[in-house]
Amino acid sequence: MEAGAVLLAFILVLSIFLGFELISKVPATLHTPLMSGSNAISGITLLGALAAAGAEQGDVAVWLGFAAVVFASINVVGGYLVTDRMLRFFRKKDDA
Amino acid sequence: MSAVVINLVYIGAAVCFILGLKMLGRTESAKRGNLLSAAGMAAAVIVTLFSQEILTFEWIAGGVAIGSIIGAVAARRVQMTAMPEMVALFNGSGGAASLLVGWAAVQGSVVDGHATLSLFALATVFLSILIGGLTTTGSLIAYGKLSGRMDSAAVQFPGQAFLNVALVVTALVSGFIFVHDPHVFGVPFWLMLGTALALGVTTVIPIGGADMPVVIALLNSYSGLAASAAGFAIDNLLLIVAGALVGASGLILTDIMCRAMNRSLGNVLFSGFGSASGGTAIEGEARPVGAEDAYLMLEAATSVVFVPGYGMAVAQAQHVVRELAEVLEKNGAEVKFAVHPVAGRMPGHMNVLLAEANLPYDQLIDMEDANQMLPRTDIAVVIGANDVVNPAAREDEASPIYGMPIINVDHARTVIVLKRSLGAGFSGVQNRLFFAENTRMLLGDAKASVSALLGEFKD
Repeated sequence: MEAGAVLLAFILVLSIFLGFELISKVPATLHTPLMSGSNAISGITLLGALAAAGAEQGDVAVWLGFAAVVFASINVVGGYLVTDRMLRFFRKKDDA
Repeated sequence: MSAVVINLVYIGAAVCFILGLKMLGRTESAKRGNLLSAAGMAAAVIVTLFSQEILTFEWIAGGVAIGSIIGAVAARRVQMTAMPEMVALFNGSGGAASLLVGWAAVQGSVVDGHATLSLFALATVFLSILIGGLTTTGSLIAYGKLSGRMDSAAVQFPGQAFLNVALVVTALVSGFIFVHDPHVFGVPFWLMLGTALALGVTTVIPIGGADMPVVIALLNSYSGLAASAAGFAIDNLLLIVAGALVGASGLILTDIMCRAMNRSLGNVLFSGFGSASGGTAIEGEARPVGAEDAYLMLEAATSVVFVPGYGMAVAQAQHVVRELAEVLEKNGAEVKFAVHPVAGRMPGHMNVLLAEANLPYDQLIDMEDANQMLPRTDIAVVIGANDVVNPAAREDEASPIYGMPIINVDHARTVIVLKRSLGAGFSGVQNRLFFAENTRMLLGDAKASVSALLGEFKD
């Protein structure tokens, strides 16, 4: 395996452990917004979609990129907005 | 813009995601956390547009516009009860996008019908197509089951395990051939794509409706891993990091859900729970109670714990229940809501439904706190919950739900159960709670029953 690939794998493994640390103590109350919020982050694949749709590299690749941009945008925009909408419902007793 | 600047902004975006996720873990900071994460995403998208790889913008502009409008409208319109299927659809979109990004990466490198990517890059393309494809169709099936467009029961047929193994082997073999001889439109490529999509279907159809919290969490994890795989394919570090964070968080939620049902992930994925029934037969008689008597009991109580289940949401009773809680508090009682981790159709779903009904989150307590409090509680009111309050999980070793952590409502002085009829729960298990000495059954539609109680208080 190439050195670059090893480096990427190294980053992957560290990020997974970081993810475990970040999420493991979240109270049950917030599981749904946490899930839809992290789901929106997985729309990060949009960056790859943009590169594919914007490159002049033949029709098929651009079409695939275009479709990827549509799907990833749904994921990102919808995910963040719906999470925000849910979190607006959460209020403490004192603040009316 | 130079690649260095772009990568520096990517680091900033990764920090926003990490801090955003951390802030999403506390109710006070959750909203800001989500905004921070969205800001990181916006920054990453904007600098990507300035990269030298991008030469034309019309397809990008069109795609972003279409996707954003669909996403925004869906996010605005969706009912909170339908949140699980909405999240399933968003998951599926993310999976489809990662699949397409992987595919476009090979397609873009083609010279004379052959992809010119490195062996390693091709292997990661294979992974992004496999995980992305499985996430896409798996999420669609989950959507179908959750929204009631499909029968939500576990679908099982002879040879199911064999079919799954055959699909996995086909995917791996065709992937191996593709990686070593990358024809984009050759048979191995189509086989690899087809089996990935088929696997999503065959792995989700055998899972029953009440196990959906686990499936949604697992698919969430897959959509992150698919993004990571796509990141490897196009050499983008931010995709790898962000995808891995999501993959890990999805796995943790999957694990929490499995523990709350006292089942292993393998058992959830392959056993088709809900088809079994059993347990020791129950002797005794249920004691029905009318709204008037239930009112007299609640009126005299100084501490009340509500235990809502998905049945409450189905009856759309959350608003009247919150009103009843307010009336009881005015009457001097201490009122809490105990929420079981798997109440609802996705992790934490019940909490969102109660928050939407304007119930302050400091009135929500989790299972452990509830179980400490219940022995000192005058009345526990069970609304539309069944298996999660069944004492058989504690006492009856023959019961299929034995060992599942439950809310011990039977430890309260008196239990009032609001229920449509005396039927069994999702697991098909009769509930001995309904026949206990200290249990009173208030039969009928949950919303109508609670409204009747409210009426008694107002008179």
